[in-house]
Order: sequence, then structure tokens, then C-alpha cells
Amino acid sequence: MLKRTPYDVVVVGAGVVGAACAYYAARSGLKVAVVDRGPVAGGTTGAGEGNLLVSDKEPGPELDLALLSTRLWRELAEEFGARVEYEPKGGLVVATRPAGTDLLHGLAAQQRAVGVEALPVAADELRTLEPHLAEGLPGGYLYPQDAQVQPALAAAHLLRASGADRYLGEAVTGLLRGPGGSVTGVVTGRRELAAPAVVNAAGTWGGELAALAGVRLPVLPRRGFVLVTEPLPRIVRHKVYAADYVADVASGSADLQSSAVVEGTPAGPVLIGASRERVGFDRTLDPGVLHRLAAQAAALFPVLRTVQVQRAYRGFRPYLPDHLPAIGPDARVPGLHHACGHEGAGIGLAPATGLLVSRRLLGEEPELDLAPFRPERFEGAERLEDAEGES
Amino acid sequence: MDPLDLVGAEPGPARTILFDGRAVSALPGQTLAAALWADGVLAWRTTRRGGRPRGAFCGIGQCFDCLATVNGRPNQRLCLLPAEHGDTVTTQEGHGRADLEV
Repeated sequence: MLKRTPYDVVVVGAGVVGAACAYYAARSGLKVAVVDRGPVAGGTTGAGEGNLLVSDKEPGPELDLALLSTRLWRELAEEFGARVEYEPKGGLVVATRPAGTDLLHGLAAQQRAVGVEALPVAADELRTLEPHLAEGLPGGYLYPQDAQVQPALAAAHLLRASGADRYLGEAVTGLLRGPGGSVTGVVTGRRELAAPAVVNAAGTWGGELAALAGVRLPVLPRRGFVLVTEPLPRIVRHKVYAADYVADVASGSADLQSSAVVEGTPAGPVLIGASRERVGFDRTLDPGVLHRLAAQAAALFPVLRTVQVQRAYRGFRPYLPDHLPAIGPDARVPGLHHACGHEGAGIGLAPATGLLVSRRLLGEEPELDLAPFRPERFEGAERLEDAEGES
Repeated sequence: MDPLDLVGAEPGPARTILFDGRAVSALPGQTLAAALWADGVLAWRTTRRGGRPRGAFCGIGQCFDCLATVNGRPNQRLCLLPAEHGDTVTTQEGHGRADLEV
């Protein structure tokens, strides 16, 4: 006989966003259960680089979220610090051609107006910050607020600290429904977990969970590869990336985009990203993409030409059409809350997401206006898409 | 019983590799890791932080535990490299890339 357990909230997803939701909800006194069909950090979290970035975001709702998260990560670092390999290393954005510096100046001016720290770095100062950087680069910007964590450790420690009951290796196969179609819990292959609220933190698979509730949330996978080098001394000090990366992140194209994103890790290996392409959940390793990433990274750091790549991994960013996550209650289904669709910024945006979700669970005023993140905002687009499909 | 006898192997003549300056015999087709194991050597690297010994773990090129410096190149997987006559294997301490320190 299936047993009902009284929780205040069931979080679906044991990635970093689900873990952060559990952490802040539990800290507010709620009794939390976390369910995942796999292990902790088994999806996109475990395939990330752990970037906590403000530098790659233009002023707007996502940057507001990132700035709130930056403050929260600093608080969390006091509790977890070295255990999650938190490094407030700063980001260095490098122009790769002379015209690129103008674009960086323009972006930095906008960002500074909303509280981002951005310091111009002249061409002759670049190699003081990064001694292995290629010669002759025209300049860049240092973003001291950018930081890094080890994402799987971050998810695991947030989850442990939440004290939430964990049901791992259990896929959610259905939702419990109450009067008026409200969601009142989840059904897994092994049990029912009843709660007045369910949080969809299923990341790239968040659309599937929404579908179980009968609503559409158009989360699509956007594949990215990361190269892992042999362990090295600290040859890359900051998170360093080419200015083209900002445009790649903002692009909505399904085609392959890639730009060099390079960072060291406390364990020794250097991580090299970042590619973006919409190819569904195809896990095939693409040597062409890997070659491009390696070449772009070596153009920034020529020393990498003498370094071996040990392995590569891929992950699927949860992409929503307007590049903003879905955060907060779903107006279409009482009891259903969303916390997914963070694309490539989920590690960084997790704490703010968790805090805002817990505010709404408690009926408190959130720190930010959640209107831009409304889960049902694609309803109009959906109709448009259907119309296009029929024509 | 010697495993070579068990399978009726007739290997070609052995070649010699140098492990930390000492001659070690290797059969044709043997990897450097296999040759060292056959010689009773189980560790040829120390870890980056704790200085603990490491050797072959998975034996199929996946785990990167069996790294050592081969013919002057650090971080080579001994489980994948066929032993060639005159190869020099040097115990690697840490990442082996102190040359890149800045």
C-alpha cells in the first residue's frame, strides 16, 4: 500500500536549482522532499562549469537575478566555502579584435549603471592579470563579481544542508490532483508524496513535468561541450573569455556557436568551453566542435597548444525562447511552481531562484519582480507557433 | 603457472625500458603499465595534494590514474602506451608541469 507523507513542498529535481529551492524553503521552516529520477547533479548541473557570472549579461531581469545571486553566493560561501570550491576569482572578458573593445566599453557602461563592477583593462595590462594570455590582444574588462563553484558539490552541500528528505532514482510518473485541478503532490514508481505545493526544478526536462500537469512550458535542450585538460599549475587565474561569448549566449539560433571560455579549477585541470547548438538530446561527441573549442582556447592562451586534453563532456542547457528562466507559481495550475529554464546560467542563478521560490511558497514579498519570469508567458507564442505549423 | 605458458604464447624478443633509470624488461605488445606490473612495480606517480602513490587503476585509458612522465612528456597514460625499446619512464610528482608555473 502506498504511503502518504505530509510535506509542505515537493521539489522535483536534485540539480543545483532544486537543491537551492530545498535549501531556502527548509530555512524558512518548510518541510521539504526532493525527488529525482537520477542522482544528485545527474543532469545539467553535473555537466556545467560552475560559473557565477554577471559579466555576460545585459541589464534586465536576468542580470537583476544574477546580482541577487552574487550576494547570496557570498553568504553561502561563508557556510560552505572551500567545500564547494567557491572561488571569487573574477572574470576577464577579452576583445579579440580592435572593434571589440568599443562593444565592451558600451556593455560595461550599461552594466555599471545597474551595479555591476567592471574595470577596463588596457592592452598592456592584460598579461599582468593573465601572464599566459596571447600577446597583441586589444584590451578587455575585469569583472570582480564573477566567481566559480564546483557545481555538483554545490548541489550536494545545499541539499544536505536543507535537511530535505531525498528520493533519488525515482522518476515522477504523475501528479496528485486536488479540487479545481490543483497539484497536491507527485507520484513516483515507488510512492506518492503529498504536499500542497510542487516545485518543477527538472531543468532541461522541466517541460515534461509541466506536461504532466497539462500545461506547456517550452524548455528545449541546447547542447554544449566542455574540454578537460591534464592537471596543470594555475596557468589561468580568472574566468577568461572572448567577447564574442556575450553575443553567443544571447543568440537564439539553432546553429552551432562557439567562443572560448577558459578557466582553471582547484583540482588542476583547465576547463574549455563553450559551444551552443540546438540538436535535441543527441549525446554524440562531435570532434568538429571539440576541435573548434580547442583552437579558440589556444588562440587566447597559446600555452594550451602544449597541453593535452584528457576528456570532453557534454550537457544540455535548459533553453526557453526568451532566454529567461521560469520562476514562481504557474497561474494555470494552483500548487504548481516552476524553477527551471536557466539555460547556461543555472549554477549562478540557483540561490536567487531558490530564495524567490520560497518567498512565493510562503506568500511573502519576493526581492525581485517575478513578472518577467512568469511560467505562462509563452501562451501567446504557443498559439502563434501552432498557427505557423498549420500554414 | 606463467600466464604465457597458459595461453601457449610465443612472444618475440623482449625489449628494455628504463624506469627511474633502472632497466625493466617488456614483451612486444605489452603496455608500459603491464611491463611495470610484471616487474612488480605498482606505483609511478604521487598525487598532487597528498603525495600518495598511484599506478594503474582501470587499465583501459579512462581513469587517468596511471599518469607518468614518458620520454620527457608528463601526464602520459602508461596503460595505453606500448612499450618501445629505450622508453624512459619517470615517476611523476604532482601535475608534472612545473615548467608552466607563472
